[in-house]
Amino acid sequence: MDLPTAWFLAVAVLWTGYLVLEGFDFGVGMLLRAFGRDEDDREVTLGAIGPVWDGNEVWLIAAVGAMFAAFPAWYAATFSGFYLPVLFVLLALIVRGVGLEYRVKRDDAAWKFRWDLCIGLGSLVPAFVWGMVLANLVRGLPTTATAPGPGANTVVTASLADLFNGYALLGGLVTTTLFLLHGAVFLSLKTDGPVRYRARRFAVVTVVPVLLLTIAFLTATLALRLPSWTTPVAWAAGLALVLAGIALLLGREGWAFTATATAIGGLSVVLFGQLYPELLVSTTDPAHTLTVANAASAPYTLTVMSWVAVVFLPLVLGYQAWSYWVFRKRLGGARVEPAVQ
Amino acid sequence: MDALDLARWQFGITTVYHFLFVPLTIGLSVIVASLQTAWFRTGRTEYLRATKFFGKLFLINFAMGVVTGIVQEFQFGMNWSTYSTFVGDVFGAPLAMEALIAFFLESTFIGLWIFGWDRLRKGVHLACIWAAAIGSNLSAYFILAANAWMRNPVGYEVDPVTGRARLTDIGAVLMNPQAWSTYFHVIAASFVIAGLFVAAVSAWKLMKERWPSDGAPTPHASEHELFRKSMRAGFVVTAIAGMLVVASGDHQAKLATQYEPMKLAAAEALWQTEESAGFSLFAVGDIQGSRNHINVQIPGVLSFLATGSPWGEVQGIENVQASYEQLYGPGDYTPNIAVLYWSFRLMMGLGLAGVAVSVAGLWLTRRGRLPGFTRDGAPAPAGRAHRWMYRAVVAALPAALAGNIFGWILTEMGRQPWTVHGELLTAASVSPGVSLGQVAFSLAAFTALYGVLAVVEAGLLFRYVKAGPGAAMPYPDETTPEPERRAPAFSY
Repeated sequence: MDLPTAWFLAVAVLWTGYLVLEGFDFGVGMLLRAFGRDEDDREVTLGAIGPVWDGNEVWLIAAVGAMFAAFPAWYAATFSGFYLPVLFVLLALIVRGVGLEYRVKRDDAAWKFRWDLCIGLGSLVPAFVWGMVLANLVRGLPTTATAPGPGANTVVTASLADLFNGYALLGGLVTTTLFLLHGAVFLSLKTDGPVRYRARRFAVVTVVPVLLLTIAFLTATLALRLPSWTTPVAWAAGLALVLAGIALLLGREGWAFTATATAIGGLSVVLFGQLYPELLVSTTDPAHTLTVANAASAPYTLTVMSWVAVVFLPLVLGYQAWSYWVFRKRLGGARVEPAVQ
Repeated sequence: MDALDLARWQFGITTVYHFLFVPLTIGLSVIVASLQTAWFRTGRTEYLRATKFFGKLFLINFAMGVVTGIVQEFQFGMNWSTYSTFVGDVFGAPLAMEALIAFFLESTFIGLWIFGWDRLRKGVHLACIWAAAIGSNLSAYFILAANAWMRNPVGYEVDPVTGRARLTDIGAVLMNPQAWSTYFHVIAASFVIAGLFVAAVSAWKLMKERWPSDGAPTPHASEHELFRKSMRAGFVVTAIAGMLVVASGDHQAKLATQYEPMKLAAAEALWQTEESAGFSLFAVGDIQGSRNHINVQIPGVLSFLATGSPWGEVQGIENVQASYEQLYGPGDYTPNIAVLYWSFRLMMGLGLAGVAVSVAGLWLTRRGRLPGFTRDGAPAPAGRAHRWMYRAVVAALPAALAGNIFGWILTEMGRQPWTVHGELLTAASVSPGVSLGQVAFSLAAFTALYGVLAVVEAGLLFRYVKAGPGAAMPYPDETTPEPERRAPAFSY
């Protein structure tokens, strides 16, 4: 495998990690007011993601940083091209993050309610927009190109209406509903009491519609470029959702969570797999299309970055796994002593 | 007004705002970790209480630093896509390293620290806050290396085919003298802010103890000693860090002479090359006419700062302009002289004022003294009440923070008209496909949201300072049995 391909793989892995990990954070955030009928329930709901959401969010920072370093033209064309959607994601991530940290800082129902809205909306917007953006990248965008010179690049000319096409909207809907399911399954695994009960019921009811939407989107994604080596992955993602439903009915929440995580991971693999070897597909002029080959940084940069990743990524995986191990206990079951702090 | 101007304003506003929280995160993480270490080693409750009290204030600030930092990473691509395409091969590497090496460490371990009080062994829990503090302090290096490269590009070449910069030597980028010198300067200045924060909070609490507001409850007896000590500790941190700021700042001036002569000349409003140049204290000039009407100077000091010798030669704006025209072709290579001149003075003046307040505070509180109090902590008679000291300490915090901000304005405005010195002009860096309306909308959205969050954050900090250490960790005689709770307290 050549270096640019390896780095495409690295970017895909980081995005996949982000979608799987923040997927349940977003789901939990969207479901906060639905499952948390009283303050105790809401504390249990948010307590499930409290220690880990910040670390999960860094996967996005790392993914975008890797795009910047390894494929500068892709990074630049994508984030300027999706200007307004990305702006809304940023605003959403700001109010969600502040909400998660600040809502408990005052004992005041109106204060908490406002932050709960921020957390809910701040989870919904990125859940939808990232699905829409990834779908549009795979589908292709109208472009032009700048004159040759320092920093010459492809420029996305898509209007907001272009971005809100049916396929991309379906993509956004699929990530949103998948994250809802994933978040509910996570809560059923990590909590006890009324939140666990509500989460499991929600997951059991939604798993079939989510499965149908996901199948529709995966089919449309595969149809964009056939034949595709990702077809078995798409089958696996669908199968994982079926297994998630079975596991939920059997009360095996750990297996259900593994299954929804696999489904989201599979979806991400299909999207990035369908994109490869292109990065940003031009629908107006194939010469503008950014590819792994023409957008990549020089081999020296990629070699340096590879060494950094080889040394530090296992370390990151190690201590993040440890943090999940530390907080492995269910919340909200038997009476728990209030935390000292 | 075009998209370029608004994109510059947006970068300025979002970056300055982000940097209001960064120095406190960098410095306070280490101070809180040190307090917890003191508790770990001595087992004394007052250290634990101080850890929790300042820890809460730290976390309120930390959250804002994290969320406003995310914007930065996307903003390069959104508003500055030509810049990003040009520099990504060089500039992206330290950014990716920052995420992989520092941010994961910081964010994962801060979560473990917040929620790990009753789940981790004491020593492991202590290691978590240190890991987060190391992550914070490490992250600054990578982003400053990236910033230094823009001012002094090294270890790269421009690919003639793609028109993009290409990294040739990562060691040169990371060991850029501008990078490590700026790093020491920024880290030391962060500790000035963090020390002053601890001192200002403590001073405010002592002032309220000595001159209470009407109807305010009497603070717990132990708080007097806690805040006397923490105020002293804050003074010590600020004074030591202040010396390092001065030393690294001196080195920065010498590097500017070498690599950024235009910035130095503009910051001094020095129009013509001079030997034995004086340091300007106050000047009123005519920028179009390239001369100063009034200029109050201390002779030889600028030459000394810039070259190490009071007789050294310092290049003037017009001379640098002429040499740049020869190098880069016709054009105006002068930054905004008035902004640079006054930023330089405000950075030094306000920053040094904060340090001076700390040094004076150390003297006034020597050997257990405390203005306004007798030796055993009782209020001293009114005539000896030095309320002004407490007020000055509280005022020193925003002053020094403003000094920090003016330092960044000097750095960034001093690099103009370039984004990458000698390679790419700011005017050529902007995203070609982004419209004026889009930038205006995002600028308005960020400014409005940041304004609201500033009020919320300041209100919360004030509320927690007012509530005091007893709220962070109740005093034993005051605790009443808590009602039965099913949920673990999600409070931190």
